Amino acid sequence: MNIVVCVKYVPDATADRHFEEDNTVDRVGVDGLLSELDEYAVEQALQLKEKRADEEVTVTALCVGPEKAVDAVRKALQMGADSGVHVVDDAIAGSDYAATSLVLAKAIEKVGKPDLVMCGMASTDASGSVVPAMLAERLGLPQVTLASVVETQGDQVRIKRDNEGSTEVIGATMPLVLSVTDQSGEARYPSFKGIMAAKKKPLETLSLADIGVDAGQVGLSVAWTQVEDTTARPPRTAGEIVKDEDGSGAVALTEFLASKKFI
Amino acid sequence: MSEVLVVIDHADGEVKKPTYELLTIAARLGEPAAVFIGAASQGDAVAEKVKKYGAQKVYVIDDAELKGYLVAPKAEALQQLAEKTGPAAILVPSTFEGKEVAARLAIKLESGLITDAVDVQAGDGGPVTTQSVFAGNYTVTAKVTHGTPIITVKPNSAAPEEAEGAAAVEAFAPTISDGAKTAQIVASQPRQSTGRPELTEAAIVVSGGRGTGGDFEPIEKFADSLGAAVGASRAAVDSGWMPHAFQVGQTGKTVSPQLYVANGISGAIQHRAGMQTSKTIVAVNKDEEAPIFELVDFGVVGDLHTVLPAATEQVTQRKG
Ligand SMILES: Cc1cc2nc3c(=O)[nH]c(=O)nc-3n(C[C@H](O)[C@H](O)[C@H](O)COP(=O)(O)OP(=O)(O)OC[C@H]3O[C@@H](n4cnc5c(N)ncnc54)[C@H](O)[C@@H]3O)c2cc1C
Ligand SMILES: Nc1ncnc2c1ncn2[C@@H]1O[C@H](COP(=O)(O)O)[C@@H](O)[C@H]1O
Repeated sequence: MNIVVCVKYVPDATADRHFEEDNTVDRVGVDGLLSELDEYAVEQALQLKEKRADEEVTVTALCVGPEKAVDAVRKALQMGADSGVHVVDDAIAGSDYAATSLVLAKAIEKVGKPDLVMCGMASTDASGSVVPAMLAERLGLPQVTLASVVETQGDQVRIKRDNEGSTEVIGATMPLVLSVTDQSGEARYPSFKGIMAAKKKPLETLSLADIGVDAGQVGLSVAWTQVEDTTARPPRTAGEIVKDEDGSGAVALTEFLASKKFI
Repeated sequence: MSEVLVVIDHADGEVKKPTYELLTIAARLGEPAAVFIGAASQGDAVAEKVKKYGAQKVYVIDDAELKGYLVAPKAEALQQLAEKTGPAAILVPSTFEGKEVAARLAIKLESGLITDAVDVQAGDGGPVTTQSVFAGNYTVTAKVTHGTPIITVKPNSAAPEEAEGAAAVEAFAPTISDGAKTAQIVASQPRQSTGRPELTEAAIVVSGGRGTGGDFEPIEKFADSLGAAVGASRAAVDSGWMPHAFQVGQTGKTVSPQLYVANGISGAIQHRAGMQTSKTIVAVNKDEEAPIFELVDFGVVGDLHTVLPAATEQVTQRKG
């Protein structure tokens, strides 16, 4: 069985995330890392590999992003993925969801015909939760998304997920696109052995030409959406803070709520 | 004037409030046309509801053939409807399902997709959206430059405005391919209602975190005194104190109520991502250094186990 895990390199959420002059996300000037939510996808892929120890399972980490984004692939290799693919090309900068999903889909086809394409539930920067669905659409595969529990048997996949008003069990047959949530189980830390082993694992760098995408199909200038303006939110004006002493906190809180007409 | 398709957010025919918000937004952009994907037998009752918020037309897509599968059939149905009606825009509720339907639709229609809009206004070259990004630290305006603008809109993005529409019901029967029926819903267990307002729609949300120590009673009682929904931090959910459906934050629900009360929650960036756009923010936390206090309009440094029960009593008294 072959698994491709899509891992995104994102600016650190605890760093000063911001935009560039052209309103694209600064992906170079801010420290980045493998999106934490994609670690869960890597983890589930590795668990499948472990559970299906009687067959050959390969896990390939795939990332589309700038030079530095190779760190995301490396982290996945350190966690235990078998090989990595990094698609990097200046023309990709500023791509929107549609173009990103196109590049990912073409790269997945180039890697081979995986049985499972795995994703995180959302990227921690864009938070769209749309790329997995777009990938399924482009690849013509079933989409089984937002899994909190993943089970497989042969080519059958069953997941459990929380929907708006219900808990659902979804079933589908491989090949398919699968996304997992942060409820699926903590991701492992790379071990020292894993970090050493990762250095010897195959890591392929591909350009747009390598995957058969025309540079004119992607990037900021042809994006189907355009950001017009980005503004930092003004800092909230400092609020009133009181210390509770012998019940004064509750009184002040109630007063405040009443003054704002919430009571 | 071109139609603007609004995908109705509903649970088994019960129309949810965000639908009315979307219809209100649609009226800014063109002629609101609601799309009901559900049981055809409920079509008329749904039409009566959306009529009051300006729906000129109601397309009813019977979901008998669609509902056993994840999103793909819905995207196909909407594609066919869009190709027939040539709408000026398509507005979809920003739920996980809504976003996935919109994602597939965008690829099918070769159209730009904007997710999680918190406002949409008419502009020269089509709708202009506002999004709140990077945990609410940035506001971004954007527009679609290719195809039919497809926009997913978050709850509480507009105040629903009543307007009498014609609500002419029209059945639309899509052709669903076998390829769309591949991810099957094998079982579905409805969650039990708490009797409290829906988290994402509520005007007031009262949340608890690790600081509750697992006892949510003070949170629930305070919420009930205010008629509020109950929320939780991921720490509280991961500890098994509250179901995941109550989680507020990056990987839970995003809420934007009039009032958000965070109790025993430190205010991590991922939690902020789900509540930072609330109009008024209040916190109760025993650590005066807790980062949540940087956000608040009003804060109490104290133990939630004493502050909340006392406040609950006073609120109840005031309400008489
Ligand atoms: C990828 C990712 C996604 C995440 N998504 C989410 C998300 O969606 N939602 C979310 O909430 N978190 C999320 N987190 C987790 C987040 O980083 C924090 O760990 C979490 O929000 C902490 O929850 P907390 O504030 O309840 O707990 P803590 O950070 O432990 O804070 C507890 C607070 O309670 C106070 N306290 C303790 N006892 C009392 C008392 N008796 N009375 C009053 N105050 C008291 C303490 O002073 C402290 O400030 C995510 C993390 C990652 C990495
Ligand atoms: N540039 C990228 N490279 C690799 N995977 C990606 C990329 N963008 C998105 N993904 C995958 O798609 C998921 C959802 O992303 P999004 O729709 O942007 O929230 C992520 O969790 C990743 O698994």
